[in-house]
Amino acid sequence: MGAAHDVFEAPDAVKRAIGYLPEVLPLYQDMTVSAYLGFVAEIKQVPKAKRKASVARVVASAGLKDVAGRLIRNISRGFKQRVGIAQAMINDPQVLILDEPTIGLDPAQIMEIRELIRGLRGEHTILLSTHILPEVTQVCDGVVVINEGRLMACGSLEDLAASVSSADGVLVKLRRAGAEEAALFRGLPGVDKVSAEGSELRVEWRRGRDLRDDVARLALDRGLGLREMRSLAGIEDLYLQIVSGRAEQ
Amino acid sequence: MKNAWSIAKKELGLYFRSPVGYVVFFIFLLIWGFFFTSAVRWFHDYSLQAAQNPYYAQQLNINQMVLGPTFQNITIFFLLLLPALTMRLFAEEKKMGTDELLFTSPLSVGQIVGGKYLASLVMLLVMLALSAVSCLFIFLYGNPEIAPLLSGYLGLFLLGAAFMAVGLFFSALTESQVVAVIIPMGLNLLFYILSWAASSASGVRKGIIDYLSFIQHFEGLVRGVFDTKDIVYFLSFCFFWLFLTHSVIQSRRWR
Repeated sequence: MGAAHDVFEAPDAVKRAIGYLPEVLPLYQDMTVSAYLGFVAEIKQVPKAKRKASVARVVASAGLKDVAGRLIRNISRGFKQRVGIAQAMINDPQVLILDEPTIGLDPAQIMEIRELIRGLRGEHTILLSTHILPEVTQVCDGVVVINEGRLMACGSLEDLAASVSSADGVLVKLRRAGAEEAALFRGLPGVDKVSAEGSELRVEWRRGRDLRDDVARLALDRGLGLREMRSLAGIEDLYLQIVSGRAEQ
Repeated sequence: MKNAWSIAKKELGLYFRSPVGYVVFFIFLLIWGFFFTSAVRWFHDYSLQAAQNPYYAQQLNINQMVLGPTFQNITIFFLLLLPALTMRLFAEEKKMGTDELLFTSPLSVGQIVGGKYLASLVMLLVMLALSAVSCLFIFLYGNPEIAPLLSGYLGLFLLGAAFMAVGLFFSALTESQVVAVIIPMGLNLLFYILSWAASSASGVRKGIIDYLSFIQHFEGLVRGVFDTKDIVYFLSFCFFWLFLTHSVIQSRRWR
């Protein structure tokens, strides 16, 4: 971490080096956007001479120009989220901590906020805490999984996928997923394991091979009514495996 | 100090970006005006009688007959009004989640508590300054002594500061603004009327109860008796509640 201070010995130095966006946005509804950012700059002890420039900088980089003069209570949820991110950046922190930055937004706003966060990489070290897993694939370079206060995994997404299991595979959704269909897939050369998972079949093989075409061809040739097919290595599965797998140990 | 002032400025801004500040000033001046004109009216009637009786005339004292009663009466309204000024200071921050912003800033707890208290003191000062307009009339049409007037205002300020220190503490304790207004109202009233209990007590107990109650200390200042004992009483009272507030916020910051 760039901010080489101890939280217990020099808490103020640490606080000056980080920007923090809590999950519940810390906004004063009765202030205008620019007055609010000015206040945050003041309490984060941005030097007086630099305050105006800092407010202008975060207003520009968070795309708040159009709402800068409006009361926070009157702007949309998406803009409020941007104000939240803007206040976290105001002291130009080395480390930016964002807690659930896209919660409660509509899909268009989510895309905008993710774009904004991606634009900030390079300038700041960003710690993003989220329960929305696809966000991780889109935005993050490294992943840390924490479950019930315990560190479960840490590394890049590819490393994590490789470390969790040696099996790769697909989930197949068919018109009907019974024992007959399972037996058909089990007959495919290279397939190690087939199991029913709800209305879907889970087809697994050893990591390194790719049997996806074979599985699809079989389903089509036999007229099994292929509805959907998706990779097992999705981040949700990865997460579940990490959390459940380590918990069993 | 500069940092505390940042917080105070924000709080003062919020008082006036909502109707709260204006409503408080309006109602305060309305009630003050009522008490003041009643006192003037009574003084007027009394001086007409005094004109026929030299004994009464000697007793005429505009400080004690107009300003004194006004100061005393307005304290009743302070009991109701001042907790309403302090109730939102911490309770609202906690409810809206904005306290996280303050706690993760490099400000110390002392600066945060001090800034909020400072804002409420400024509100009180402005209220008292506005009310002083009525004193101008007394100076225009009479010749009051200035010293008791000033010590009376000092008493009013200290009493108000004490009320608001209690209010600030309960605002820090809860996120419900209703709780943060009702408990200080009751507690301040209790400290105010504590001396009633002293009338049935005796000896050391009477002394202690009398000392704890606001009334004795406040009345001394209103009568123009400037006693450091009373000043020390009010300052230590405020300090006690601010210290408790500081402890509450400090412990919450660690959680």
